[in-house]
Amino acid sequence: MTAKQKRKIARIVTGTLNTLFKVFVGFLFLFPFYWMAITSVKPYLETLQFPPTLWPKNFTWSGYQTVFRELNIWMYIKNTIIVTGSVMVIQIFVDVPAAYAFARWKFKGSGILWLLVMAAFMVPGQLTFIAIYFMFADWGILNSLLPQILPSGASAFAIFLLRQNFKQIPEELIESARLDNASEWKIMWRLMIPMSKATVVTTLLFSFIGHWNAYFWPLVMTRDEKLKPITLAIERLKDMERGLDYTVIMAGNIILVLPVVVLFLLFSKKIIQAMAYRGMK
Amino acid sequence: MTLKSKKEEAGGKKKKGLRSFLSNKLPPYIMVAPAIIFFLLFTVYPIVDMIILSFYEWNVIQPRKWVGLWNYKYLFDIQIDFKIALQNTIVYTVSEVFFLILFALIFSVWLQKDSKVNAVLQRIMFFPHLCAMLAVSVMFSWLMDENGLFNMVLSFFHLPGLRWLNSSSTAMMSVVIVSVWKSIGYQTLILLSALKTIPADIYEAAALDNTGPVRKFFCITIPLLSPQLFFMLITITMSSFKVFDSVRMLTKGGPGKSTVVLVYYIWSYAQSNLKYGVAAAAGVVLLVILLILTFFYFRILDKKVHYQ
Repeated sequence: MTAKQKRKIARIVTGTLNTLFKVFVGFLFLFPFYWMAITSVKPYLETLQFPPTLWPKNFTWSGYQTVFRELNIWMYIKNTIIVTGSVMVIQIFVDVPAAYAFARWKFKGSGILWLLVMAAFMVPGQLTFIAIYFMFADWGILNSLLPQILPSGASAFAIFLLRQNFKQIPEELIESARLDNASEWKIMWRLMIPMSKATVVTTLLFSFIGHWNAYFWPLVMTRDEKLKPITLAIERLKDMERGLDYTVIMAGNIILVLPVVVLFLLFSKKIIQAMAYRGMK
Repeated sequence: MTLKSKKEEAGGKKKKGLRSFLSNKLPPYIMVAPAIIFFLLFTVYPIVDMIILSFYEWNVIQPRKWVGLWNYKYLFDIQIDFKIALQNTIVYTVSEVFFLILFALIFSVWLQKDSKVNAVLQRIMFFPHLCAMLAVSVMFSWLMDENGLFNMVLSFFHLPGLRWLNSSSTAMMSVVIVSVWKSIGYQTLILLSALKTIPADIYEAAALDNTGPVRKFFCITIPLLSPQLFFMLITITMSSFKVFDSVRMLTKGGPGKSTVVLVYYIWSYAQSNLKYGVAAAAGVVLLVILLILTFFYFRILDKKVHYQ
């Protein structure tokens, strides 16, 4: 064999090994999801079997039936959707004008106010929950979904992202709109938002995912079962009297993950771009 | 912004008095007002209240009683559990920083080339980052069950099973494994997008000099990635100090106190012990830590903005 051939073979071997190893790593990240999915359709006894079955011998929908019938999952999903939807609407009306003002206006005190936004960016709910809980108790709204909605009303991260984007819109466009006697309100909604559609969609997307997955905040804000979101309902599956029935638990988990899977399949490019951008900032 | 001066030029004549105030000075304040109100209510007020509360004893039922620095003494002197929590948090943070940065470096260099396989693998690795921590915890608490799949695989290779989340010696490690698994794709993504900005001619020059891959990595890649690495160091440290969800879901702080972290401590003192003063004092400690980290965060942020 010539040296050239040897090198060629070596290259093919390392290339194949490389690809095989990539497949293995992909497997490490996909397998837990696969395992969750097939467990959710295995009968209870099969989930305990050793060695485990890699493909369910007997299919069953009983896990999903239990989650929907006994657990009343719709109530929790409804709570999550109301909270998430309200937060997204409030954020649009609060964050867009704020970002516009910070990006396009020079005003006294803007520096200090911007510092306040950054402070809010940094202070986590894990520090504020005690005071906010008692404030809501004073307001008498603990018995509603508002404690889960209001604290997310303004998002420092969204303001930050939007401001960055609004800054890049050419000044001439705004000036000519002003010359046409467009109000600031109109400039915001008819010019700024359409020009930064991608950013607006991404912030909303993050907002949705963040609140769909929310755990800590509802945990500390809700006492009443009727107000709890889907995450807390799924968590409770682990503590039910029936003991650990992984068919049911994984069925619940699938319901929790599914919307995020769908969003990721639809918007993966946008999400990844935004995330990378967030990392660069 | 040159907006104001431009406006004045365009207008030619300076409007004076109330009308000019209404059209030139007032709008930005109206626009930021709602956001500022939200931040005052849900960030500033709670932080101020927490700092004040840290000097009081309070259990909701009786009125607040001034105790001076007693709560801080309680944290650092009287009880040992806060020190354990602090220690656990530091162990968690150091492991997170180490493994995330190490694996992110390896993966990003490995998956750097533009190819179909790499793009798909990046996406697969990234996806867990978007999933609820709860969903991930539920999956892993089953995989790590003593009769779970991990131990089955170990026994297949004739290795002794581990008690994963149920033993105080492995519980913290298991929590770290889960959270590294969840966010490694995100960290890799940050480094990958930074790698793409490194000009190709630097590597070409290195290739002309016959620089080996190892030297190339340590002498070119790492120095050029240093802003991102520093950014990762700070953000991972910050989020690790705030860790709660995974601990609460996977181990509930146990076994014993082996995985009680700072926020878990704060939460349990408020939730079950009803010692709000102590919880607030612990919160102030965490706040100080986060403030220091934020200071560094903005220092690098400023630097990067200047260079661009």
